[in-house]
Amino acid sequence: MDKSLSAAQARYLKIRSRHKRRVLAGQILLFFLFVGLWELAAYTGILNDFIFSSPSRMTVCFIQMTKNLSIFGHIGITLAETMGSFFLVMAFGILTAMLLWLFPSLAELLDPYLVMLNSLPKSAMAPVLIVWLGNNVKTIIAAAVSVAVFGSIMTLHTGFKEVDPDKIRLIYTLGGKKRDVLFKVLIPSSVPLIINNMKVNIGLCLVGVIIGEFLAADKGLGYLIIYGSQVFKMDIVMMSIVILCILSMGFYRLISLLEKHVGRS
Amino acid sequence: MDPILEFIDVCFSYHSISGETPALAGISLSVLPGEFIAVVGPSGCGKTTLLSLISGLLTPESGEIRLFGKAQGTSGANIGYMLQKDHLFEWRTIYDNVLLGPQIRHSLTSKTKEQIGSMLNTYGLSAFKDSPPSALSGGMRQRAALIRTLALEPDLLLLDEPFSALDYQTRLEVGDDIGGILRREGKTALLVTHDLAEAITLADRVVILTHRPARVKKILSLHFEKTFDTPLKRRSAPCFSEYFDEIWKELKSNG
Repeated sequence: MDKSLSAAQARYLKIRSRHKRRVLAGQILLFFLFVGLWELAAYTGILNDFIFSSPSRMTVCFIQMTKNLSIFGHIGITLAETMGSFFLVMAFGILTAMLLWLFPSLAELLDPYLVMLNSLPKSAMAPVLIVWLGNNVKTIIAAAVSVAVFGSIMTLHTGFKEVDPDKIRLIYTLGGKKRDVLFKVLIPSSVPLIINNMKVNIGLCLVGVIIGEFLAADKGLGYLIIYGSQVFKMDIVMMSIVILCILSMGFYRLISLLEKHVGRS
Repeated sequence: MDPILEFIDVCFSYHSISGETPALAGISLSVLPGEFIAVVGPSGCGKTTLLSLISGLLTPESGEIRLFGKAQGTSGANIGYMLQKDHLFEWRTIYDNVLLGPQIRHSLTSKTKEQIGSMLNTYGLSAFKDSPPSALSGGMRQRAALIRTLALEPDLLLLDEPFSALDYQTRLEVGDDIGGILRREGKTALLVTHDLAEAITLADRVVILTHRPARVKKILSLHFEKTFDTPLKRRSAPCFSEYFDEIWKELKSNG
């Protein structure tokens, strides 16, 4: 430790790091407690492991599917679909929000329609998408994009409108045009907003992909869940859900990393 | 000498659903090259509107604004505008903030870079060139904002209460500082303020406006002896309080 630290500061830092360690330990403990209780309940017969599965049965199922490599295909396709729809949502969301910001009359015109599309339950659209686009990846991507994109446009547009009007005025006093406001103020000042929106959208895209896979897939974790429940193999269902948990956590972490990186540079 | 800036019977109103708010009602005044003019008036009387009109952010409803003898918009006059807050962008370093104007106008040459570099040196900011604005004190930030404005070498400088966001002590220092800089660079400036002392310490002439809709109530020429040649020294001049009283009375009497 740095010798220039005062005793009080050193004590403060020590308490802080001890607190952090305790929280982490608690989190790990909670995980093992949950898994342990589940396993114990299944083992002793309190829970029927045919219906509720159990950590050990899930592990066995996972190892089996790893051996014949089928699990990687399912995870891979879900990952790819989520990433693909996420990039589409971000690109389309940012571009549309910018367009609405550039042309306020257009925003006024489209406002009720955006509100309606945003609050429409997108799962209602899924059967329609199957009819229109077929029983394939296109439907899944379309479902995922439709879940996230309208909310994204509205959030980003609202954020863009809240950019400090004096900062915009500054650009004009320096002789700038609307283009300069866009590139010199709007985009750089909206980086935190866009990253926050990414965090929401990655989760929603995963939701959309799973809905899509329920209905129109022969691969992917959503398909596994539906298939598993139909043939009553709950091990496959529960394992897929656990993998989904890990995936969504991973996505969130990835965006947090990006946030840190952007914040530093 | 021909005036740099002329207002000829300028009127302006703001419009909203709930009605029309007249802001300026027939303003006429002129500013000579090298002059420092302060505009004072009750709050909300349309002082900022005056600056927006000069810089072309707004256009008068009637009357005319002339810059260098030509109509605003066709004059090609280079106008610098300093806003109330510094509005330095946190995502740019101080150096990049100061370069903002030339970047927007695509006039960034090695000569402007050199000039900006020497201004940063002169005004004690060169050590903070690569720092983010948050690393600077309020006074330093305001100085950086001034350099950003001066980087475009404006013929006329508009100052919209540029010290009002600072605490009192910093405000005196920065006022002294920036007043000195502007005198040294021989800039023509129009300062809008509600701080009478600030107006008296900085200006050659003080324009007193009435309540909204604003008219020119009176234009007062200030004369200080040579010994009171900086804003801070002016505060201790005997005529300081006389000017203060005079402006105060004018403002009070206009109802």
